[in-house]
Amino acid sequence: MLSSLRGRFALILIVVAISGWQLYSKGLKQGLDLQGGMHLVLEVDDPDGTLTTAARADAIDRAERIIRTRVDGLGVEEPLIQKVGSERLIVELAGIRDEGRAKSILNEAAFLEFKLVLPTTEVGSTLSRLDRAIVATLSEDEIASLGQRAAPVTPGQRTIEDLLFAGGDTSRLADSATTQAEDTASTRPTARPFTALLNTGDVEGSYLVATEDVESIQSFLALGEVQRALPRNVSLTFETQPVGVGARTYRRLYVLEKDAFMTGESLENATAGRDQMFNQSQVQFELNRAGGRRFAQFTAQHVGDYLAIVLDGQVMSAPVIRARIGARGQIDLGASPLDEARDLALVLRAGALPAKLRVMEERTVGPSLGQDSVDQAKIAGIVGVVLVVSIMIGYYHMAGMLAVVALGVYSILVLGGLAGLNATLTLPGIAGLILSVGMAVDANVLIFERIREELAAGRANRTALEEGFGNALSAIVDSNVTTLITALVLFQFGTGPVRGFAVTLSIGIVASFFSALFVTRTLFLLYLSGKKTSDLISI
Amino acid sequence: MRVFQHANYHYIENRKRAYVASGTVIIVGIVGMIVNLFTIGSWQHYGVDFTGGSLVQVRFLDDVEAGSVRNAVPGASEVTRFDQQNEFVIRASLEEGMPVDSLSTQMEAQLAQAFGAGRFEIVRTELVGPKIGAELQQKAALAVLVSFALTLIYLAFRFEWRFGVAAIIATVHDLLITVGVLALMRVEISVTTVAAVLTIVGYSLNDTIIVFDRIREALGKKGARKADYVGLINRAINETLPRTTLTLVSSFVVLLAILALGPVVIRSFAFVLLVGITVGTFSSIFVASPALVEIQKRWGRGDESKPKKTRPAPATV
Repeated sequence: MLSSLRGRFALILIVVAISGWQLYSKGLKQGLDLQGGMHLVLEVDDPDGTLTTAARADAIDRAERIIRTRVDGLGVEEPLIQKVGSERLIVELAGIRDEGRAKSILNEAAFLEFKLVLPTTEVGSTLSRLDRAIVATLSEDEIASLGQRAAPVTPGQRTIEDLLFAGGDTSRLADSATTQAEDTASTRPTARPFTALLNTGDVEGSYLVATEDVESIQSFLALGEVQRALPRNVSLTFETQPVGVGARTYRRLYVLEKDAFMTGESLENATAGRDQMFNQSQVQFELNRAGGRRFAQFTAQHVGDYLAIVLDGQVMSAPVIRARIGARGQIDLGASPLDEARDLALVLRAGALPAKLRVMEERTVGPSLGQDSVDQAKIAGIVGVVLVVSIMIGYYHMAGMLAVVALGVYSILVLGGLAGLNATLTLPGIAGLILSVGMAVDANVLIFERIREELAAGRANRTALEEGFGNALSAIVDSNVTTLITALVLFQFGTGPVRGFAVTLSIGIVASFFSALFVTRTLFLLYLSGKKTSDLISI
Repeated sequence: MRVFQHANYHYIENRKRAYVASGTVIIVGIVGMIVNLFTIGSWQHYGVDFTGGSLVQVRFLDDVEAGSVRNAVPGASEVTRFDQQNEFVIRASLEEGMPVDSLSTQMEAQLAQAFGAGRFEIVRTELVGPKIGAELQQKAALAVLVSFALTLIYLAFRFEWRFGVAAIIATVHDLLITVGVLALMRVEISVTTVAAVLTIVGYSLNDTIIVFDRIREALGKKGARKADYVGLINRAINETLPRTTLTLVSSFVVLLAILALGPVVIRSFAFVLLVGITVGTFSSIFVASPALVEIQKRWGRGDESKPKKTRPAPATV
């Protein structure tokens, strides 16, 4: 069948049709660098090296599953989540627009704990120790620079505003603000760097810190000496949402038991909802059997106490335990938008991570840059192809035309092959594609040169054709196989764009094989079939 | 139209000149690398992919000078204009232990303060932790070695071992020159550059093999083993010269098109390939083939007189 011209054309048509169909039905998937998107490499965060290799591998395994679920909730088309080795995770989100939100869902919002809120009296007596620790560790200038990140507020203003707008419940707070302000004004500000920024809290087990002072407190708390000065099993943790008291905003600083009595591992399900009555966002959660038992036992012992729901080291909310809670509970998010409740529910539902993840590598490409690249690559591609086509036709005339047709078949094969293999077209991939056009003509050139030689040696047309193809074969095979070897090594070595390039190159080599050895030959046979043996052929 | 149709050049006789030329270029490249080592602290101008660090590309809506960007972002180690537009690439290094993503957030805040939020768009960020960069260097070196090993095995199987060795010598030559040019031009080395260099390995081998195929063919003919080895190789190169030229030209115009019109991001990729295929073509004529002659002269005695073993015909079932 293959020996007959008709059979050959039928085969070419079938191959072209299959490729064309693949290309048409699946389309080409564009890489991150073309359509914009985000590439992240994550690793288990283990700064102290306390986790064993097995524990890290396990954490990554679970993180992979969890992140997959979370990403599905983000609505990204065909996300790539890939484990590299046993400790690393690659996440590629193509076409994502809101990178910040994606990242927080993937990484930051990850570690859920339930902790008991302790009364402030637990630390009250030790707070002065913190002040002393800071004074002992840092120089006055350092304390001043840390403390003065906040915009200076004159004591008078603060007092008047608080007095005017504060409700009855917060009168204590206003008082304390006044005393604190007076303290700061009268005494040396560096003597009480820490406690000076704390105001009496409005709810059990918390202090209020003015929003502008939060950063200073965090810097102080980050000091090792301060951590050591704290009583054992006590941690100071900020709440995520600011609270408005009067015209000013504060963040609550909770006194928590350091060890969580439960982590998100026990969490089974979570759904976002809206409280119809107060129009508040909330997240309902469900615990597994063991978790539910522990929760029930714990809450039964601590009725009347407060329970902090801590997500990534920030208190999400700290509701009072009204009664024993079994396997179902609820987190209230106040007036925050429902979107936030949904994200939180998503994070919870997908399961909290067994360990924290750290971003090792991050690449983002905006959609506009990607589009620019595609446009420029198209122009470069068209110009490149036109140049190659004119060289081929100018040099080989009719035979060159045949090669160009074969090149057309080649292009459809490559694009169809890329679509069929679900390969991603990246920027280096396009370069590889354009380059492979240049190299695809190589096989044709090899064959044509051989045919010319045979014709020059006085062979008849048909014989020259057969000899030409036969002689060029070994060179084409060997050169293509070595290039294929390099492409495969590249594929093994590379990630992302480089892999795209390797795949394009590999498919290009296989396609050029078919196009040069089979398509060009078929076209040649067709061309010769209409000629007598003695006619001159245009090559 | 015909080029070099009846070419009859004496390449092998002139190989000493080619050695001098190649040697000079390689030495200049090595000097360039040493100069780099003293001026920028490393052999090559490694990009964030290798060193770790951050790269943020910003597109401004208004006319902005590089100086004002530099002032806005005091932590930046380098601010360069990207293409011709109001677009800048800001680089900064990452401290050990610092969270990788903190830097871009900080930079964005600084830019917003200086130019106003919404007056610019961050079109690309690349943040790479130092650990990742170090691993990448090893991987790249490994990839080159593995591809060499595999090619050597393949060529030993398809040709003879000395063809394989000669091809590898030529490829190492091409790599040395390419790496030298990269150092001299201070082309930023990224993952893509490495891909380009590996492609050169492929192209250079490809080109060498076309010439070697002719030599193999000539050697296979009756009485060829007794004929003048040098003349035989010269003839093989001359016979493939039209093909060599045409393929070089067609690859060249395509790469020139990318270099002139293509996306800026892959222009350095095209440039590296342009250098590589030029050197690769040169080396298959002036390095690989002479290397074959040199190897033949030293170690070729034994089987020179023996006829080439012919493979037994495949058994028919």
